[in-house]
Amino acid sequence: MRFSALQFLCVVSASLALLACGSGESNVIQGNRDGILHFGNGTEPQGLDPHVVTGIPESHIVRALFEGLTVKNPYTLESEPGVAQSWEVSADGLTVTFHLNRAARWSNGDPMTADDYVWSWQRALSPAMGNQYAYMLYPVVNAEAFATGKLDDFTAVGVKALDAHTLQVQLNAPTPYFIQLMDHDSTFAVHRATIEKFGKATDRFTPWTRVENIVGNGPFQLTDWQLNRRIVVEKSDTYWDRDKVQLNGIVFYPTENISSEERMFRVGQLHYTQTVPLDKIPVYRAMQDSPYVNVPYLGTYYYLLNTTKPPLHDVRVRQALAMAVDRERLINTVMHGSTVPAYSITPPGTLGYQPPTLFGYDVARARALLAEAGYPDGKGWPGLELTYNTSESHLKIAVALQQMWKDALNIDVTLGNQEWKVYLDSVHQMNFDMARRGWIGDYVDPNNFLDLFLCGGGNNNTGFCDPHYDEMIQRQAPQATSREERYAILYAAETLMMQQMPILPIYTYTSNHLINPSVHGMPANLMDYVNFRYVSLQKDEKDSE
Amino acid sequence: MNTPALAAIAQAEQGTSLWQDAWLRLRRNRLAVCGLAVLVCFILIALLTPWIAPYGYAQQNLELGAAPPSAAHWLGTDIFGRDLLTQIMFGGRISLAVGFIATAVALLIGVTWGAIAGYAGGRVDAVMMRLVDILYALPFMIFIVLLMVVFGRNMLLLFLAIGAVEWLTMARIMRAQVQALRQQEFVEAAISLGLSPAAIIRRHLIPNALGPIIVYTTLTIPSVMLLEAFLSFLGLGVQPPQTSWGLLISYGAETLEEYPWLLLYPGLALTLTLFSLNFLGDGLRDALDVRGARD
Amino acid sequence: MWRFIGSRLLQAIPVLLVVITVTFFLVRIAPGGPFSSEKAVIPEVKAALEAQYRLNLPLWQQYTAYLGDLSRGDLGPSFKYPGRSVNELIAAGFPVTAELGIYALLVALGIGGLAGVIAALRPNTAQDYIPMSAAMIGICMPSFLLGPLLILVFGVYLEWLPVSGWGDIPGDKILPSITLGAAYAAYIARLSRAGMLEVMSQDYIRTARAKGLPEWQVVLRHALRGGMIPIVAFLGPALAGLLSGSFVVETIFQIPGLGRFYVQAAFNRDYTMILGTTVFLSALIVSFNLLSDILAAWMNPRLRAQFGER
Repeated sequence: MRFSALQFLCVVSASLALLACGSGESNVIQGNRDGILHFGNGTEPQGLDPHVVTGIPESHIVRALFEGLTVKNPYTLESEPGVAQSWEVSADGLTVTFHLNRAARWSNGDPMTADDYVWSWQRALSPAMGNQYAYMLYPVVNAEAFATGKLDDFTAVGVKALDAHTLQVQLNAPTPYFIQLMDHDSTFAVHRATIEKFGKATDRFTPWTRVENIVGNGPFQLTDWQLNRRIVVEKSDTYWDRDKVQLNGIVFYPTENISSEERMFRVGQLHYTQTVPLDKIPVYRAMQDSPYVNVPYLGTYYYLLNTTKPPLHDVRVRQALAMAVDRERLINTVMHGSTVPAYSITPPGTLGYQPPTLFGYDVARARALLAEAGYPDGKGWPGLELTYNTSESHLKIAVALQQMWKDALNIDVTLGNQEWKVYLDSVHQMNFDMARRGWIGDYVDPNNFLDLFLCGGGNNNTGFCDPHYDEMIQRQAPQATSREERYAILYAAETLMMQQMPILPIYTYTSNHLINPSVHGMPANLMDYVNFRYVSLQKDEKDSE
Repeated sequence: MNTPALAAIAQAEQGTSLWQDAWLRLRRNRLAVCGLAVLVCFILIALLTPWIAPYGYAQQNLELGAAPPSAAHWLGTDIFGRDLLTQIMFGGRISLAVGFIATAVALLIGVTWGAIAGYAGGRVDAVMMRLVDILYALPFMIFIVLLMVVFGRNMLLLFLAIGAVEWLTMARIMRAQVQALRQQEFVEAAISLGLSPAAIIRRHLIPNALGPIIVYTTLTIPSVMLLEAFLSFLGLGVQPPQTSWGLLISYGAETLEEYPWLLLYPGLALTLTLFSLNFLGDGLRDALDVRGARD
Repeated sequence: MWRFIGSRLLQAIPVLLVVITVTFFLVRIAPGGPFSSEKAVIPEVKAALEAQYRLNLPLWQQYTAYLGDLSRGDLGPSFKYPGRSVNELIAAGFPVTAELGIYALLVALGIGGLAGVIAALRPNTAQDYIPMSAAMIGICMPSFLLGPLLILVFGVYLEWLPVSGWGDIPGDKILPSITLGAAYAAYIARLSRAGMLEVMSQDYIRTARAKGLPEWQVVLRHALRGGMIPIVAFLGPALAGLLSGSFVVETIFQIPGLGRFYVQAAFNRDYTMILGTTVFLSALIVSFNLLSDILAAWMNPRLRAQFGER
């Protein structure tokens, strides 16, 4: 048997060697020559309807196939012209007028009009659509009322087509980040005739996004979609700015398993990976011309503290737990320095905003606070469970913190992992003592993080409620006349919240990617934002190995 | 009448001598004795672990991190700087317990179920085996999630969940064996001697079907240990800082290029257990095989 | 024989019905719905979504409606992938998984069966120990370990084979088939060795030997049939396991198969998808178990008499 196994192996390896000779060229080499980007995209997209999808993998593809009124510059994240050639905001900040580019076309050749936007926004806001990101349009007058079914007449919503190429939007209050939101899937225009060919405007099930049906307006067009295998787009010849598009196409891979993704990158099947396995980071970082990219990301990783249940109803216990965590040490060891310690909810440097730092790693103070709360050296500690969703990275952090609390405060914290949907239920029903949570910003503004903690907010989940805080976030900040004044109010509100410590911030996210050196125009930025219009591939000098 | 039939009658007359004979024969099989010795050794270590482990199982040293084997840590440390030898010793307690208990549960249910179905035949067989089909078909993942939500997490549940899955194949194999054996002469002889069905199943059918059952059992133990890791990862079963061999292996597999020792040593522990079990199992099979022994 | 098959097919109907019913209600009891997501869903949105999927009806009405659709062969729309029907997703994934499963089975039977028979011919010699030790190592190597190991050696270090994909790059089907087949090969090797040993000591083999037949004829003509009975009983569930359990291999190798849909559906609480894949797989399980029972009967001359074939 040993013999036949050996023979078998010989035959197999010989045939493999032959095969390997036949196809020695990797995706990357081929792609560089043909201008095709091979993009690791995380998971199979749920769909491609901009008003239905919610995830990051979907948004990458949707942004290749569609374009918003504005897009973002990947280097500065400032808004720049998309379908709208220009726009102006009225002096009171309440009216925004977009001037559509006359060259903007749908991929079937139809011109893009302001009416397309009115119709599309009605679709995006229709309650029957079930669009989970409808709230992106809530700054618009009456949009919220329409989306929640309190208003049936869409003409009362503050969006109007003044003429074929002028769109006017009325806002509830000055919204400095509104222009940015025009780059979100939920505010994109979709092609009315195509959608209506396959059913009602608000049907979620129609096949209008299939390869043979879809009509978009972005720099690329869908040419192939094989479930769980790949999605292929190629450069659109109807796109208004097609001369600037340097890629001939993109192949999106649903790279669900991050270890597999890393191996695909290593053998040249991918130009870009969605993430990097934690323990591979030191290896890649040590490389010359390292393909490893690591930059702060607009998101915070934290633990929710249930302020309605003992022992965490006592602010001193919450503070003690927060101070006993040595974030620097955690990040430098277990996380290989891949993230940034966080001491508040808002990521530092969100459009120039710096959050307050009210505490640091301080075991003595933590012990004192815990003693004051009635648990000197952990005596009488009732126990506490930390809930997190099943994942190896959450587990690693939890295990390290569990020991830090034990060492510093002599208290036991048990770990309980839950399957994702069970965990979501626990979090939203506040059925936990302490629970892992991450929040990724939808747009670059501190408000996106601070409005989480309004009284009874759907994503508050801590029991924290302070009318004064709500007043500052909802009334005072929007009325501010300058960015400085607004930030000062937000800073005061954040300070108020963090004194109560309803959350235990751990780190600011970073985006981690492996990017082949031949890829240009994909700069690291706070939003992990890729604008494929800017991306180009450098042809290999030696072309093949 | 031929030899097995005679042997069957002899067995029926003095059932205990079979096991005494088997034990004598087993002792002569060197490999089987080795296997048994290793297993006993592992079990002893597992029992004594709290007193003989070199470190505390939760004791971390973040600055040290994952370090290869050294004088201080014979088998190296994991990413938290915890001693791997200690982890393997503590993990063995869980894995061995799960492996043996859950397999015993599966064995008990599966063998009984399969034997009854195979012996009874007809409608009883049909109903019993269709029930097995139904259990095969139900989505396991949902079942696990529900178990966890309804009962919380505890080890008893883990045994239950694993036993519930593993007995199915056991029952099918047993049934196929019994069906094949039922119409052989020695069974017919036993029936004509007026033995009750229970006695026939216990004394004749089960011993004679033992070969594949023992083999399948020895195969089930390691797969049960790995299944435990999967369930623990999903949240049912052991929670950190407790660990098991299956968990150690699955984490080790993630970093097999960077920290190969994290995979190698727990893997060795599992492989060694499996080898011992198999040698013991083969020895048992040979020792219990009435016909083979007379060759 | 035909009566036997006919009655088993009839029995399949209540089996499937029970599976559907139990699954239907099990998934509804499980916490978390298909629409719960990390960012809290606004109640109005949730209501609209539920209405689109009939979730606003009373549970028993949903159940009867589902059975109605099912009787027309319609497994409903997927919750996770709006715009895709469950039928379509299964049709996309199943051929890939089936192909993978068949290759894996060939690997398993080829290597495992051969190893087991060879080992059983000379028990307790090197000819026995070497293949059996290989089999045991195979059992200790779960696919989440063997897969990456093979990829690293043949894909990354040697660069002989692709590290992922299915039918995209020549040769990309080899490693997944071996990975999935290996675990089963190990089982089959052990079971066939045991089965063969059992048979080789039976009277009819002795009779055959006594008749002076050469050993290889004894093995091929007489022993093999009986010795494979435990394997055949194992094969029914194993085949189903190959199809539903290929999840790990499909994930590691990025293969667009049904296994990924099946497992993810449970995590996503994609009700229709869970039910659809379960119904589909249970139909397969029932047929494979039937097939393996028929095979077992055919291989066992004594049982064959039951079917009145002779």
